[in-house]
Parts: sequence; structure tokens; C-alpha cells
Amino acid sequence: MSWTRRHLLDIQSLTAEEIVTVLDTARALKEVGRRAIKTFPALRGKTVVNLFVEPSTRTRTSFELAEQRLSADIVNFTAEASSLRKGETLKDTARNLEAMNVDFIVIRHSAAGAPHFLARVLQAHVINAGDGAHEHPTQALLDLFTIRERKGRIEGLNVTIIGDILYSRVARSDIWGLTKLGARVTLCGPSTLVPREFEQLGCRVTYDLKEAIRDADVINLLRIQHERQRRTMFPGVQEYIQFFGINPARMAWTKPDVLIMHPGPINRGVEIDSETADGERSVILEQVTNGMAVRMAVLFLVNGGRGPQEVIAA
Amino acid sequence: MGQRILILNTAAVQRMLARMAHEIAEANEESGRVALVGIQRGGVTLARRLAERLAMIWGHPVPVGALDVSLHRDDLDQRLAPEVHPTLIPFDVNDRTVVLVDDVLFSGRTIRAAMDALNDLGRPRRIQLATLIDRGHRELPIKADFVGKNVPTALEERIEVCLSEVGGGGEDAVFLERP
Repeated sequence: MSWTRRHLLDIQSLTAEEIVTVLDTARALKEVGRRAIKTFPALRGKTVVNLFVEPSTRTRTSFELAEQRLSADIVNFTAEASSLRKGETLKDTARNLEAMNVDFIVIRHSAAGAPHFLARVLQAHVINAGDGAHEHPTQALLDLFTIRERKGRIEGLNVTIIGDILYSRVARSDIWGLTKLGARVTLCGPSTLVPREFEQLGCRVTYDLKEAIRDADVINLLRIQHERQRRTMFPGVQEYIQFFGINPARMAWTKPDVLIMHPGPINRGVEIDSETADGERSVILEQVTNGMAVRMAVLFLVNGGRGPQEVIAA
Repeated sequence: MGQRILILNTAAVQRMLARMAHEIAEANEESGRVALVGIQRGGVTLARRLAERLAMIWGHPVPVGALDVSLHRDDLDQRLAPEVHPTLIPFDVNDRTVVLVDDVLFSGRTIRAAMDALNDLGRPRRIQLATLIDRGHRELPIKADFVGKNVPTALEERIEVCLSEVGGGGEDAVFLERP
């Protein structure tokens, strides 16, 4: 048990022990979701602002539910309805929020480093809900949680990530988290979207799908991020499906107990066909359930004060 | 270097638990309604032991659960986040007599949190409190129904309960630690 951080900004700066602390806390909190009364007063009286400068439904909803379960007061703040549209800088927006005595800021922003910037200028706890193509730490934590829950461990597993690695903050956070916990990570996809430079993060890079998935214990599929690509980085959707799409024929190449994961939203028929997405190897919906438990754990842990962790009731 | 004084040995702990089990049995005529709930972590082992003894007295099994109270603590933003342990209550608490079990009763804040946590799981007919050691210094109006031993302490002293099941090296012991 070790958590002394006031913010969750990225996976890169976490230790393996800190990651395990989040996963263990999330495991205990997941059970609360099965009770008749699913809320508890850990963040009662605290105000959380969900500052989603970039659109998101799944992550924002997941954070909102997590915050509600912890009994926090919630303010939602989206780009469309905010003064950011009127030219206000992020710093001014944030300082205004702080002037309203906000305790937590959950931020999604198109600029890498935006959460780190807020953490420097504000007193509030900052949680990164995705910054540009940099990191999406809670997604990586829920992926790790799902893998550990299903496989019993992470160390020594072969995890293959397929798709748009270059523009993916999920891929970066997953790579950091998986390698810190001792998994072997393989990246696969079109060479324009999976540059060899990623080998410097301790991954294996291959452009041969069969070779990438043959020994995999986990296959994590990423969406092609059309919105992040400045120019077309792959020849066409049909060609992507032909070379990298996962379908029942290709599942025959894999280990029988491989897990299929996807951070969503799925482009059905592109990176994965419907039969596989809804099939028995798929844990895509479990990832969504686990996402709430992980986000509850993160909010709970960063809320901790600075004092010594004394033994309860002794 | 502080002092570590043995105040109870294995035999003393066993005798205390035997007496507490009989007191619980005496106070609860409707034995079928009673369930024991240990507070994570120290209370869980004690709840199991008391349940075994009660099962022998009553001649039927007694349900046991484990309750984590860390989510209901009132000092969460004043300290590092506590470790959260699983809550496992394998029975319906509604309409039951729930005996909360803890190893050391001190400020009473843990028990306050435990009652809140328990109420999230249902509405017990009655809640009773059993503690191995009552060391005083209550900060809330809370009193135990069943006490193993009252140990007057100074505020800066600590009570350490070691049980054979959990790293006690096969022995039960209760120590008073002075800084």
C-alpha cells in the first residue's frame, strides 16, 4: 500500500507499487457496485468539476458515476458550453473554477500536458481523463485491472496492441503500465501508424498480424482515430480490414484463452467484426464496468491528506 | 526506544473469548437471528472465533461477515488514503441482530463508521458491539456491549493484538506499547 500523490497525471511517472495500489483499491470498490446501496460518503461535501474540453461520452459518464458513488458534488463543464469557446485561456478557466472552491478537476483536453499545467497552477486535485495523444491513465488502469482479474496476473503475459498507436494516448498509457508490471508488449498495425521508435519504450513492433497475435494472451484493439490524423496515414479502410481486422478466421490463429479488449468506441467491421466483439473471448463490456471501479479508486486515493498513514483504531 | 509490555497471553485471550461468547449467548435468546460481523482487519478473525464458540453453545452455525469501514471514515482528507479491504457479508442483515466485533475500542469513530457502512447493506433489527480490548478515550457516545478486558491507557500508548491465525506465530498475545 503506497499512495502519496495528490494528482493522477500519467502512468509514466507511477511506480509499479503505486499501480498495484490503485488496482487493489479498485478491487475492493468494485464490490460496492453489486450492493443495493451503491454510494458511500468518502467524498461527501467535495466538489468535482468534469472539465471536458474535448468531447467524450464514455469516459465522462464513467467518471460521473464514480463521483456519484463517492457522494461528491459534480459540475459538468463541456467545451461547447464554456467560455473556452469565447477565447478564455485554460489557465483563466481553471482559476475561475478554483475561485469557486473546487476540490477536484477531471480534465480531458486536446493538448498534451494540459493536466500537468493545471496541477502546477491550482490547489485542486487534478485527474487526467485524456490529454491529446499523450496519456489516458485511467483507461490503462482499467485495462490492467481487467487483465489481472481475468488472468490472475500481468507479469509474463504477452499483450498485443493493434491499430493506431501513433495517435493513441491509450496505447502510450497501456505501454507504460504493462511494461512496468512485467508484461511483454507487442505493437502491430500499418507502419505509418506504428513507428519503429516505439521499440524504445520496451515494446516489440511487427507488421505481420499472424505473428503478432499467435502467442498473445491479450489482444487490445484500438480505434482508428480519424479526428487526430492530419492527413490520411493509411491507404484505406478496406485495406486496414484486410491486413489488421480481427474476425473469427483470425481468432483461429490465437491461443484459445486469449482476451479481446477494446477501449471503445468500436468501429464495428473495421478493427473488429461484430461476432468477435460480442463473442466469448471479448471482455469489452467488463472493461466499462471496471472503469468505474478504477476511477472511484483514483478519486479515493488522491483525496488522501498529507499526514502519516496511521494504523486504524490502534 | 519504547516499551512493549505483554498484557494478555494465549490462555487469557482464550478465556476472554469463551466468556464473551457466553455473554453474547445470554443476551440473545433468539439465536437464529444473530450474525457476527468483524471489522477489517483485526475484528474479522475474532468474529470467526466467537462464531465457532457460539455455534457450539447454540448447536447451529452462526453466520459471519467482514466489514470494511474505510469508505465511511470521517478523516479521509486528513490522512493518506487507507487501505480498502473487501466487505463480505454472506447473509441478509435486514431484521438480524448484528454483533459488530473489533479488536480494540478507542475513539469510537471506527464503530460510528461501521454502523454507517452496515446501514448501507440493510436495516438490522439490532446492533451490538463486542471488543476484545476497551482502551478508553472515547470521542463519541459509543459503548461496547461485550468487553474482553478494559485496559486504561495513555493517549500516546498503543495496543497491539496478535492472533495466531494472522502472523501471531501460533500464539495469541496482546501488548501495550509505550513510546
